[in-house]
Amino acid sequence: MAEECEELTRALSGLGGLGLEEKSVAAAMGRWRRRPEMLDQFRRSFGGLFKGDDGSFERVDMDYIHLLEFELARFKNLMLQWLMHPWERDARWAHHAIHKGDSPTVLVEIACTRTPVELLGARKAYCSLFHRSLEEDVAYHISGSHSYFLVLLVSSYRYDGPNVNEEMAKLEAKVLHNAIHKAAAKGSLLSEEVLRILTTRSKPHLRETFKFYKQLFGKFIEEDLIKVPYIIETVESINSAPAYFCKVIDAALKDGVDQDSKEALTRVIVSRSNIDMLEIKGEYLKKHGTKLEDELQKFSRGVYRDALLSLVAGNE
Amino acid sequence: MATFRASQVVPSPAEDSERLRKAFVGLGTNERAIISILAHRNAAQRRRIRETYQETYGEDLFKSLDKEISGDFERAVLLWTMDPAERDALLANEAATKWYPGNRVLVEIACTRSAGELLSAKKAYQARYKRSLEEVVAAHIKGDFRKDISRSKLHISLVPMVVLLLFPLVSCHRYEGPEVNVALAKSEAKILHEAISDKVYNHEEIIRILGTRSKAQLVVTFNQYNDEFGNPINKDLKHDPKDEFLATLRAIVRCIFCPERYFEKVVRLAIEGLGTDENALTRIIATRAEVDLQLIKEIYAKRNSKQLDQAISNDASGDYEAFLLELLGHEEN
Repeated sequence: MAEECEELTRALSGLGGLGLEEKSVAAAMGRWRRRPEMLDQFRRSFGGLFKGDDGSFERVDMDYIHLLEFELARFKNLMLQWLMHPWERDARWAHHAIHKGDSPTVLVEIACTRTPVELLGARKAYCSLFHRSLEEDVAYHISGSHSYFLVLLVSSYRYDGPNVNEEMAKLEAKVLHNAIHKAAAKGSLLSEEVLRILTTRSKPHLRETFKFYKQLFGKFIEEDLIKVPYIIETVESINSAPAYFCKVIDAALKDGVDQDSKEALTRVIVSRSNIDMLEIKGEYLKKHGTKLEDELQKFSRGVYRDALLSLVAGNE
Repeated sequence: MATFRASQVVPSPAEDSERLRKAFVGLGTNERAIISILAHRNAAQRRRIRETYQETYGEDLFKSLDKEISGDFERAVLLWTMDPAERDALLANEAATKWYPGNRVLVEIACTRSAGELLSAKKAYQARYKRSLEEVVAAHIKGDFRKDISRSKLHISLVPMVVLLLFPLVSCHRYEGPEVNVALAKSEAKILHEAISDKVYNHEEIIRILGTRSKAQLVVTFNQYNDEFGNPINKDLKHDPKDEFLATLRAIVRCIFCPERYFEKVVRLAIEGLGTDENALTRIIATRAEVDLQLIKEIYAKRNSKQLDQAISNDASGDYEAFLLELLGHEEN
């Protein structure tokens, strides 16, 4: 009896871990059919979900219910996101970030990890969904000293091919270094040259440039630009999208993080499952010595877990 | 409304290719033939002629043309015969790599084309030049306008004004639909007015509004500006006629609000006075013949009390003149 209560408690525990064990709850319903005293006892034992009212009955704690709703919705959100066209997905995530106060790093993620064609598709989708351009909304709603950087990032339509001019990359590494150190003296790190290079050059070109920067000056460029918001995400996601996503997943699987970070797990798995999930798994294994699937198995529950694993598995 | 007229009966691309080839072969060139064929084919037809010519004779039509004709005539024929997207890419590349103060071609392309057309131009640009238009605009256009910055409240220091403006113009994929928010238009008209009358130009807001709002939204905003403050916004922007930044803003407003009047002005300035700016004249006629050249002609006639055809005849000559006049809607021979 106590075990059954414990099991149901575990199934309904929204804390630590993502999703809920829907199957256990359904099983408990079957087991306790025609035995309402079992459920009574459960209510009395699960202090987190139920509060004593005035002695006459145990009422649910609405805060806890909200938590459960979040967890129940996790699969629903994943399903909807999976069903949507990638452009619509990206447009809606961007819209959320701008209007519902999610972290703007989602915008950096979309701007820097999608191909130029995908980014453009997201911008077109944004126009038709929200009757405004993504650019105007970012410019209007996001404030702060480096919001212009975000506008430029989402407006970019980078050259999509593999051609890289090595001379130019080397030169621009020097230009960047110069500009950063000159501007630092004047108190603003994001000078024209830095903005221009980071937001218009193609990604292969930038990767070469970053390599030269380290070679010539001994430091990673993000170290020198560390005070600029979003710069680390920008450089990391341009350098290696899978490594960047690995970091985002790590953050989501920590204990006690906020909802934004947890939602990021769904976003990353859904958006990358068809693209570079293999590489992300590789990075994860390299970094932690365990397989991503195993961590997800441990950390998530119910149908949500099944869905995540389906999207992550395969192609070994 | 376009002035361009396709032939009533269009020969097959093979026939056209053959006639063009004949026009090239031997000593001398039959320019009349070139004009009478190409000036009366629409974009799709011209594309098919190029493809057929290439297949049949193993040479790019443009290469052949380059061997046979030259000067302003050649440039006009080449620009006209190209696909609109390629054409815009070429014009944009010239403008970006050889920019000088007063060059409005990038503004023209960014603001008078639809978002879809601008995108096609940018794709064509990448295919042809193996880099993005944005990176070229950002890298090449260095303004010597830093002196203006001391008067500004710009947060981002050291950014040349014109780049700050041209770059969003070229990058933004504006909302293309008709939905507008009148309350927003009113409030943004106010923001623009304050920014301008301060004469310290809060550039960030001006650039944000002009660079990202949809055209429909901006038209309403400009109307609100006029209603509320008694002056059209361009009048208030004439404050310092020598200022390059303000001149660029005025061009943006005109291109969005009344493109035909903008084009009329470019054409008028190209032909009036001594000498002719053939590049500008060719550009407008080639890019607008299939779009709104008729309207531009009408505006020209009203404003200058003479016909555009006449004015061009006076200024241009030879095959170049003949070609332009055909595009302007003269009767086919």
